[in-house]
Amino acid sequence: MERKSKKTGLIFFPAFDWAISPTHPEREERLLYTQDQVFEEGLLDFDNIVEYKPGLAAKEDIDRTHICVPDAASVTTDSHLIAAGGTIRAAQAVLEGKVDNAFALVRPPGHHAMKVVHGARGFCNVNMEAVMIDYIRRHYGPKRIAVIDTDCHHGDGTQDIFWHDPHTLCISIHQDGRTLYPGTGFHQEMGGPNALGTTINIPLPPGTSDEGFFHTLDHAILPILEEFKPDLVINSAGQDNHYTDPITNMRFTAQGYARLNEKLAPDIAVLEGGYSIEKALPYVNVGIILAMAGIDYSHVREPDYDAATLKQTGDIIRFVEKSTEMAYQVWKERKNFRERIVGHNRSMTRRKHVYYDTDGISEEQEETVRICDDCGGMVTIDSQADTGRRIFAVIVPYLACPRCRQAGEEAYDKADNRRYAGVYFQDKDRDLFRVK
Amino acid sequence: MIIGIDVGGTHTDAVLIRDGRLSKKIKLLTRQDHLMASLLDAADYLLEGEDLSRIERLAISTTLSTNAIVERKIDRVGMVISSGPGLSPGQLPKFQDTYYVSGYMNHRGIEVTPLKERELDDILEDFRKKGIRHAGVAGKFSCRNPQQEIRIGNGLKGATDHVSLGHRLSGQLNFPRRMATAYLNAAIWSRHRQFVREVENFMAEKRITAPCYILKADGGTIELPQSVDTPAQTILSGPAASIMGTLPFVEPGQDAVILDIGGTTTDIAVLADGVPLLEPLGVTLGGYKTLIRGLRTRSIGIGGDSTVKIVQGRIVIGPERTGPAVAFGGPAPTPTDAMVASGRLPLGDRKASEQALQPLAEQMKRSLPETAEAIFSLTCDLIAQAVTEVMEDINSQPVYTIHELLEGKTVVPKALYAVGGPAEVMAAPLGKRLGWSSHVPGNAEVANAIGVALSRTTAEVALLADTERGILTFAEEGLQIPVSKRFSREEAIGLAREKLLEKARRLGASENDMDMEITEDLVFPMVRDFYATGKNIRIKVQIKPGLASYLKSGE
Ligand SMILES: [Zn+2]
Ligand SMILES: [Zn+2]
Repeated sequence: MERKSKKTGLIFFPAFDWAISPTHPEREERLLYTQDQVFEEGLLDFDNIVEYKPGLAAKEDIDRTHICVPDAASVTTDSHLIAAGGTIRAAQAVLEGKVDNAFALVRPPGHHAMKVVHGARGFCNVNMEAVMIDYIRRHYGPKRIAVIDTDCHHGDGTQDIFWHDPHTLCISIHQDGRTLYPGTGFHQEMGGPNALGTTINIPLPPGTSDEGFFHTLDHAILPILEEFKPDLVINSAGQDNHYTDPITNMRFTAQGYARLNEKLAPDIAVLEGGYSIEKALPYVNVGIILAMAGIDYSHVREPDYDAATLKQTGDIIRFVEKSTEMAYQVWKERKNFRERIVGHNRSMTRRKHVYYDTDGISEEQEETVRICDDCGGMVTIDSQADTGRRIFAVIVPYLACPRCRQAGEEAYDKADNRRYAGVYFQDKDRDLFRVK
Repeated sequence: MIIGIDVGGTHTDAVLIRDGRLSKKIKLLTRQDHLMASLLDAADYLLEGEDLSRIERLAISTTLSTNAIVERKIDRVGMVISSGPGLSPGQLPKFQDTYYVSGYMNHRGIEVTPLKERELDDILEDFRKKGIRHAGVAGKFSCRNPQQEIRIGNGLKGATDHVSLGHRLSGQLNFPRRMATAYLNAAIWSRHRQFVREVENFMAEKRITAPCYILKADGGTIELPQSVDTPAQTILSGPAASIMGTLPFVEPGQDAVILDIGGTTTDIAVLADGVPLLEPLGVTLGGYKTLIRGLRTRSIGIGGDSTVKIVQGRIVIGPERTGPAVAFGGPAPTPTDAMVASGRLPLGDRKASEQALQPLAEQMKRSLPETAEAIFSLTCDLIAQAVTEVMEDINSQPVYTIHELLEGKTVVPKALYAVGGPAEVMAAPLGKRLGWSSHVPGNAEVANAIGVALSRTTAEVALLADTERGILTFAEEGLQIPVSKRFSREEAIGLAREKLLEKARRLGASENDMDMEITEDLVFPMVRDFYATGKNIRIKVQIKPGLASYLKSGE
């Protein structure tokens, strides 16, 4: 097959000296065999594959995206800052034209980290993609960005962060939330009132194989991308859909991952989950790197690959087709939902309970967004965790209108810091972060 | 006394060192058609009137194998490859006679698919038809488990003169490079063996009983007979000789840069704590990226004889060379002419240089002295810029642990050592541009031979212990031994050191030069289904390149 060769940046940071705990899936060994395979294949000797050393993300890079409680330093370690820094490095290489695309092969993952961070959930403390997107907009100007979350788990953190942002399209394909952590990611989760339809969820049944993934790609993801016309496509590239993954139930293959990245052609891919560290990750990662660089990947295959055992049943095929169709409808009908959902409200509130499974913290959250026709809308968050910390945050959105900005400044001034452990103010456009 | 001889592409340098001091030196033009004769001429000159029983050691470096590869005067090699899944064959190095066989190992060295021995029969049949007498064998992950390569090798042995096995040549991961390394090793094997025999004959004739050493690309020497089956290690020893020959003049323990300013190119090498840096994976030669350990050098296309032109009102230097400087009878102006015309270099025909530069000055609409100055200045700027880039490259090398990323050592040179024709003139201006002190070592014209004479023996050992499987592998030794579940990192380091000592002694190291260094030290707890099942321990130890201890005092 003829392929166009692309220059691909690789940020490889396996953090060989860091683990959440000794037997945790997120441990030193996770990318060891991936490194072995990448090195043995000699991928770094290709002229069009360039390796970059990650830097450390700065405190400002975290504060531009998250509301960390009590502060960024308390909820992040060096490993998080390097993973975020590596992701930023990937973006720099692409946006400065040094490479055509880039893959941040870093750990730990980040797609379960939400706007407010009281601790770690789903192995994640900070959201790498979100930190990177805010960094890109801050340093390289306004961009329409699409995040395609191909991890097996619902990308609930990324969804939460961009819930109100009509300029960021978040599509997540994942194993049906009724059968897997975090239990969310259904079709009706379609974004905040000012950004309806720029959050798209496509749950897939356990047992979905390559065929099912490509059906969804061809009939929902690619057509939606075509219409959204993003400046940048980001693949939140979890590898836990693999048929050998120990904590999920899908049947995706290394060939499937490679082809998915070829068809999706992301500008930047960021590693998320994936815990079949011996049987899947070495082959999946080699496949993705080759596909991104436009190099023949047809010989990448798992040692135990057997097409016959990976066939989908009829039930699965029907489930996949229906879910794909529903997701595409959400996108098509997005403008019609607004009247029905928003009505005459001037603001809307959602209440959330968030459980930080990795750290065992519970949070109750009330999030209110100003209804706005001109921007994503000013947001306030009142959050109480069972650590005893209650905080209030005001967020002036990306590409905010003057009225939302003014409303945000008033809300911050008015907030009574004696009632809260901290009152936070985040203004994306002016890159301001204040705490009182 | 110690004899060092470097048979280079253009010159053959030789030195005799007596009681730690340079006693005799000679520089001859190399006889291209007969490298051996150049070596013998140099040896004869040095040994004239000497008591040959006083020779403690003879050390040589030769461009023989390098030339053979570059000029493709090599043997036909049948390459037998077991590749497993991954890169498609279209992306792997290509050889005239390549045979893919079944069977492969995975990243942990577990055999996934067995060999089919019958396939070897067809290959041998084809060897016979084509008259192939030399073979290379490379298997994916053979450094993790060499058994398949060994079995293929045994199958081919009887019907060939030599078989090069990939795992014997390097313990590093990189399958395409392993293929190229096995290929080159097999391709130059007979030529190198012939060379070793001729040297041995010469020594026998002269009744020299001292050991003879040969220089490798990594700046280390090994006893000549030890190089017979791994001749690939001796390619590209020329640049290594020049760097090692500068070491005696460098303040020990320093970060520094060594510049070899030649006619066509300038070679840049870097010392960290006084030790030359190695290429991360291996040297590149004749378009082949290899796993041959070698000193890290970067070559830029600017030298004293680079052609100087004016293009759209701007001075352009190199990368081509049309001949020597006009001052020395060449056809076109060069940076050397700029140095001669400005009086910096009191050599050659100054009038000729001035005449050659005059048209350039007219094009630039500037005076002759201004033009000469501008050319000289640009030459220095470009070299200094390349040095800066090399340092940036070295200091932005990826690392894979948080500790290294946060605490990793950076190389920060404060000194520049320049050798080569224009070194005297250029060292100070280059040092000034970089903000470093500048030095020009003495006896630079025979630096290569000094390097050959003074280099110690280097060796490396890679250990991988997989306690879950209960197996420990020393890749290059082709050795696998059982280990217990409780086998520890400390035991692994101890074992690796023991193995390294043994290997270094075998290669000819002296007991005072066993300066060992751990270059990789990683332990991964292995967990399956949330239970600890073993450890993956990776240790690499080496004797780093350096000067032989018994010479240091007498410099
Ligand atoms: Zn996941
Ligand atoms: Zn607004």
